[in-house]
Amino acid sequence: MTTTILYTVLILSIIGVLSAIILYFVAQKFKVYEDPRIDQVEAALPGANCGGCGFAGCRAFADACVSKGELADLFCPVGGNETMGGVADILGIVATKKDPRVAVVRCNGTCEYRPKTNIFDGPVSCAIASTLYSGDTGCQYGCLGCGDCVVACEFDAIHMNPVTGLPEVDDEKCVACGACVKACPKTLIELRKKGPKDRKIYVACRNMEKGGVARKSCAVACIGCSKCEKECKYDAITIVNNLAFIDADKCKLCRKCAPVCPTNAIIEMNFPPRKVVVNEQPVSVPEKPIEVPVSSESKSSAI
Amino acid sequence: MLKTFKIGGVHPAENKLSASKAIEVLALPKTVFIPVGQHIGAPAEAVVKKGDKLVVGQLIAKSSGFVSANIHSSVSGTVKKVETGPDTSGYPKMGVYIDVEDDNWDEQIDRSAELKSEIILESAAILTKIQNAGIVGLGGATFPTHVKLMPPKGMKAEVLLINGVECEPYLTSDHRMMLEHGEELTVGVRLLMKALNVDKAAIGIENNKPDAIAKMSGLVAGHGNISVIPLKVKYPQGGEKQLIKAVTGREVPSGALPISVGAVVTNIATTFAVYEAVQKNKPLFERVVTVTGKSVKNPSNYKVRIGTTVSELIEAAGGLPENCGKIINGGPMMGKAFANTEIPVTKGTSGILMMPDKESKRSETMPCIRCSRCVSVCPMGLEPFLLMTLSEKQMWEGTEKEKVMDCIECGSCSYTCPANRPLLDFIRLGKVKVGALMRSRKP
Repeated sequence: MTTTILYTVLILSIIGVLSAIILYFVAQKFKVYEDPRIDQVEAALPGANCGGCGFAGCRAFADACVSKGELADLFCPVGGNETMGGVADILGIVATKKDPRVAVVRCNGTCEYRPKTNIFDGPVSCAIASTLYSGDTGCQYGCLGCGDCVVACEFDAIHMNPVTGLPEVDDEKCVACGACVKACPKTLIELRKKGPKDRKIYVACRNMEKGGVARKSCAVACIGCSKCEKECKYDAITIVNNLAFIDADKCKLCRKCAPVCPTNAIIEMNFPPRKVVVNEQPVSVPEKPIEVPVSSESKSSAI
Repeated sequence: MLKTFKIGGVHPAENKLSASKAIEVLALPKTVFIPVGQHIGAPAEAVVKKGDKLVVGQLIAKSSGFVSANIHSSVSGTVKKVETGPDTSGYPKMGVYIDVEDDNWDEQIDRSAELKSEIILESAAILTKIQNAGIVGLGGATFPTHVKLMPPKGMKAEVLLINGVECEPYLTSDHRMMLEHGEELTVGVRLLMKALNVDKAAIGIENNKPDAIAKMSGLVAGHGNISVIPLKVKYPQGGEKQLIKAVTGREVPSGALPISVGAVVTNIATTFAVYEAVQKNKPLFERVVTVTGKSVKNPSNYKVRIGTTVSELIEAAGGLPENCGKIINGGPMMGKAFANTEIPVTKGTSGILMMPDKESKRSETMPCIRCSRCVSVCPMGLEPFLLMTLSEKQMWEGTEKEKVMDCIECGSCSYTCPANRPLLDFIRLGKVKVGALMRSRKP
């Protein structure tokens, strides 16, 4: 009886020791070296896994940071310069600073300015609506209002305004990950440089039709008149395909372009109200009457 | 037992309201807009400019490649401008605006009603005439016909199938064509057989058109190699692959063309256009359009010049009904709604359907109850519920693996879904995305 127990214990112990020795050598042979810094970098990242950096997630981004050894093309838009500084410290290199950016919606075609010509009856998805037809208004470039950008946002930073029917970006929450930019089939959303005190000035239109056609479909469309281009001293404004674009890197936020725009297509945000000049010539945003195009109701139909 | 295709299919209410109405010729429009891209493939290149005088049947845009088609003027008058105009999708497309002045036809066109049944031309000459006349598949897909008739090397056509199924509810233009132009159609079939060099042809007609079956059977009686096959009424029998399966029993493999099983399919209206082009020198510049709807005063079949606006057709049929909810380009199953009525009739416009408000509205979408009805009705043997979910989740590789590109967009799945799920909408999106993905892979 005792010997049986003794043998059992002995044999099992020998098997255990032998297995341990084999496993030790196998583990040595097939060892995969993983840089411990990857874990450290990953811990320093926000962990949102949003894909805004262009990688599949924070782990993949950390792996790329460590294996590349430099941070020139790598940037975490959610964490910003602070996080990238932390990553650089871990890796013992210098991070290139980038200007913080924020998403802007380049369409101001509210229900009031851009009347509906038909009703979209399909599933609520901009992607489907845009593959099916040009949209429920006369403007084929404008916002479809189905909210694909809202669904795409992981940070609750973009919402549809039920009054205007357009999405609005919450500057506080927006981390410029670019998910909404990819989701918008009309490429209306742009990531722009964040100005001081969140000030920004941009052309809220993507209509590339000639002036008359653009104006007919939307009262606040850019008509490509190039008045703003002439007004700008810093060469920040360019007109391509009947459409003005303000380069945020060159723009000094002087606000001279907005008042000259005949259709109020240039939007300025978070600026103090304009001052009234002493010689009684107000330079405030001119209250131009906005002619709203009339839609012929008899011709409307649902899609 | 009547022949039909094996898997799937539905039977929606037929509503062939205009079946008893003879084809009427619509009055000439005042202006027309003729898009230069009315077919699958590269758009044609305009060869006219502002101020040019045109006669009916004159070439206004030349095909820009093999898979492309010529466009001819449908009216005589002056070119107003060559500019972008509205397309069925609402996106602007290049086209020619013409002010109509009179009705002078090109002198080469034989305008007499006399039947020319003698075939004198050789196969190659027939093909050239078809290509020059800008004939495309008039069933709605608008694939250039001459491409179909020239099989790629190593493949040989064995049988010609003529599609007289017209399985879409409401549409009656092909039905009327068979009743009124049966003689010409028979010549057209013989022309196509000669062009393809095949000795067998079959005309597939659904059994809900007994008058057309009787008429066509009588006409082909003298030609032993042409047969009329009555088919069981089932949608989407008019689909090319379904018709081949129904008539010949052959199945076109996934991703392959009908020619791989030795079949070439052309539509009734296309066959008539071939007759006119070859025997009468008449290019394709007019077509028969069914204008219909339950509350339309006068549902009819009109012979319309290409480029006429939809609104003119609606006026001719008694105006827009009060309760109209949607105006649909084509039939209720596959058609897409027009964004506005200033859109021109093109080669692919087979019908204009005005649907009442109540019927046209979509019902509330509910969660999938896993009843698998969509799977059982899919004529291509796909799993629509799965394709929709994959597409919704933007898993394009998965969508491709599940053969989304085989979908013929017949809409049977959405029609049958008890939870009103927008199956086809998402499958179409998947097709667009997967198509782009596949093109991006090509070097």
